[in-house]
Amino acid sequence: MGTLRYAASRLLQAIGLVLAVVVLNFVLVHAAPGDPVETIAGASGGMSPELMAQLRTQYGLDKPLPVQLFVYLGKVVRGDLGYSYFFNLPVTNLIAERVPATLLLVLSSVLLTFVVGTALGVLSSRKPNGWLSQFINVLSLVGFAAPVFWLGIMLVILLASVFPILPVAGMRAIDSSGTGGLADMVDVAYHLVLPTLTLSLVYLAQYSRLARSSMLDVLGSDFIRTARAKGLADRVVLYKHALRNALLPVVTVLGLQFGNVLAGAILVETVFNWPGLGRLAFESVLRRDYPTILGVLLFSSIVVVVMNQLTDLCYRFIDPRIKAS
Amino acid sequence: MPLPRFTRRTTLLSAAFFGANTLLALPAFAADEPKRGGTLVIGSTQTPRHLNGAVQSGIATALPSTQIFASPLRFDDKWNPQPYLAESWKLADDGKSLTLKLRKDALFHDGKPVTSADVAFSIMAIKANHPFTTMLGPVEKVETPDAYTAIIRMSVPHPAIVLAMSPALCPILPKHIYGDGQDLKNHPRNSTDVVGSGPFRVTDFKPAQRVVLERFDKFFLPNKPYLDKIIVNITPDSASLILGLERGDIQMVPFATLPTDLKRLANDPKVSLTPKGYEGIGALNWLAFNTAKKPLSDVQVRKAIATAIDKNFITKALMGGFATVSDGPLVASSPFAVTDLVRYPLDLKKAGEMLDAAGYKAGAGGERFKLTIDYLPGADDQQKNVAEYIRGQLKKVGITVEVRASADFPAWAKRLASHDFDLSMDTVFNWGDPIIGVHRTYLSTNIKPIVWTNTQSYANPKVDELLNTAGSLIDATQRKAYYATFQKIVTDDLPIEFINQVPYHTVTSKKLANVPTTIWGPMSPMDEVYFK
Repeated sequence: MGTLRYAASRLLQAIGLVLAVVVLNFVLVHAAPGDPVETIAGASGGMSPELMAQLRTQYGLDKPLPVQLFVYLGKVVRGDLGYSYFFNLPVTNLIAERVPATLLLVLSSVLLTFVVGTALGVLSSRKPNGWLSQFINVLSLVGFAAPVFWLGIMLVILLASVFPILPVAGMRAIDSSGTGGLADMVDVAYHLVLPTLTLSLVYLAQYSRLARSSMLDVLGSDFIRTARAKGLADRVVLYKHALRNALLPVVTVLGLQFGNVLAGAILVETVFNWPGLGRLAFESVLRRDYPTILGVLLFSSIVVVVMNQLTDLCYRFIDPRIKAS
Repeated sequence: MPLPRFTRRTTLLSAAFFGANTLLALPAFAADEPKRGGTLVIGSTQTPRHLNGAVQSGIATALPSTQIFASPLRFDDKWNPQPYLAESWKLADDGKSLTLKLRKDALFHDGKPVTSADVAFSIMAIKANHPFTTMLGPVEKVETPDAYTAIIRMSVPHPAIVLAMSPALCPILPKHIYGDGQDLKNHPRNSTDVVGSGPFRVTDFKPAQRVVLERFDKFFLPNKPYLDKIIVNITPDSASLILGLERGDIQMVPFATLPTDLKRLANDPKVSLTPKGYEGIGALNWLAFNTAKKPLSDVQVRKAIATAIDKNFITKALMGGFATVSDGPLVASSPFAVTDLVRYPLDLKKAGEMLDAAGYKAGAGGERFKLTIDYLPGADDQQKNVAEYIRGQLKKVGITVEVRASADFPAWAKRLASHDFDLSMDTVFNWGDPIIGVHRTYLSTNIKPIVWTNTQSYANPKVDELLNTAGSLIDATQRKAYYATFQKIVTDDLPIEFINQVPYHTVTSKKLANVPTTIWGPMSPMDEVYFK
């Protein structure tokens, strides 16, 4: 199949998938007890039934659920994600404001885990029983076992409270105006360290184990023996012959990781007061702010689907045999 | 250019003469004189929907709204009204009109003057849109005989009208902005480019993240505010707020209640904490009974349950001694609160006998009947822990209680609103005048499918009559007499077992002076706050 036709068919699949996700999200979100108007009345310390009824009509919540779904789908197709019930602002504005923070966090975490995780895996595969390998093994075990929020809190206590070298929370210094200049970028980078580390530790462990076992697999195969027999340098065998083949499973995980990291971001963003989509989603759920929750979920599902498609395309690039089949 | 030498007297004179801006160029006088400048970072877990307190109640919006919008009056820490936008005011002897004389030099942040037309517009807007319908309910119209006089006319005498002029309840909106015919609850200017006449103007509002306020240079009170900037930094996680306070990133955390945090901060030499400033909201924790359901419809059963609960244990052990016991529907600091209440001291034996007498004898295994208890999620120290304690206590007198957790606020609110509960812990605010925050819980006409109404289904014609009369009397002494009877009856009927006053504290850096401790505390203008 040609790459173009292949991409087109995958695009169609992706659109269908995203639509299904929207419908599923809609049903799930509405299945939670309580409704947004009650939350708004709660935030107000009480409200008259007339006012509540008026709000329900205004938000279209008085209509049957299938009608609401239909109306929502109609809007989404036209690119309108509606208004946040709680903030009374367009959902697209809210999301647009939060996207950069989350992407920054997710990308830095993915980059860190991919590069460092693979490197650790490769290192420990060279001498599978050496002390370095053992050490990396223990580290990855801890990384696997510890819950994200706990790691986050421990890191905060250690690096922000006991040794106050890093900021506790937020994306910038509190009185920063966020001008985007060099000083601002340094400030953001400084604030990025703890959340990125927290979000990355689990995946770091996953990558290093995966890269290690994958490398060990490849290193034991015939063509590596051939390469060595040809008298190629160790470095060339390791990086040119083995790594390229060993990367395939790692890239698979990379695609999947994107979705997981987005989910992990909800916790990390809440712990570190990181002004991203995860926190927005979490808080919107607490308020039953349907349009905002659905908007964030839609956006994240699009990102995940796109990333998965890109992963598949990457396969074809890394391993030409996949194209043939 | 050398500065002329100023004595304090000539300074004050020149300040009065030249206006506030002259003082900007002056050196500080003495150590105890307020200093200008500085940025105050307030850490808050409360997320405002928007910044317009005229159409949105609650502490989240009130904190920034009272900085942005000025109100006709403000209040000191003894419940006395003070001039603010209004220089003077007069409640008519018949209690049916309030005349406000406005000061003539007040400006909105866009430079337009504040006039009686804005006051008239705002009051009618609040009446039509604010969730507290009883607050301005009797207001019929606002007359504006001249640009600086506003006369509020009411259909019946309405004593709460003066308190309703508070910053947290009556922000004066610019008519030239909000009078464009758009629905005020959803007005775009509630969130963007917000314009008021208060001490600070908004320069940045990021929903659920932060509000940045800067000194309004043409604020009507000379030389105020002292601070250059206030940043309200919103963080859902209170632990990181406390950490920020300890590190000095944050200088004020209002509405702090967590005993572990308070205990830790009380020992921190860099911060001070005060429980003052929460008299206005008057927050109570209580155990609500669903009096429409058996066996809680039997007052003897409710009394027996109350007798099995030790409030002192709750405030001292569960809340670390930071909370005080509450025995009645009014917060103890309210001018209408009385001490002549029916009380239920802990006596497990007596509680058992009361249940026997009510016809609920212990069956096999010592169990009399089963109940469920809900609690308001979000503040375990104030709610969940108390519910668990009550479960343990009631077990001792033969009542099996199942604690029902709610995943989040909407889930709990749904149960309360649909009256689908036996017992529930709850936190409810007095909101200053009983008309605003107390009547709603006890009037039989307010039994509604809405959270924070009379979800207890309590109905007593005598109480209805007492509240309705007290709500229409102008003379405070007479009013207090009616509320005294009401408090006695309600603590005897016991639709609610009052537990404790919510131990709200304002925690501040010791560098901060004039921390707001008026009855509205952090929900009042911080024009006098300064850094030492």
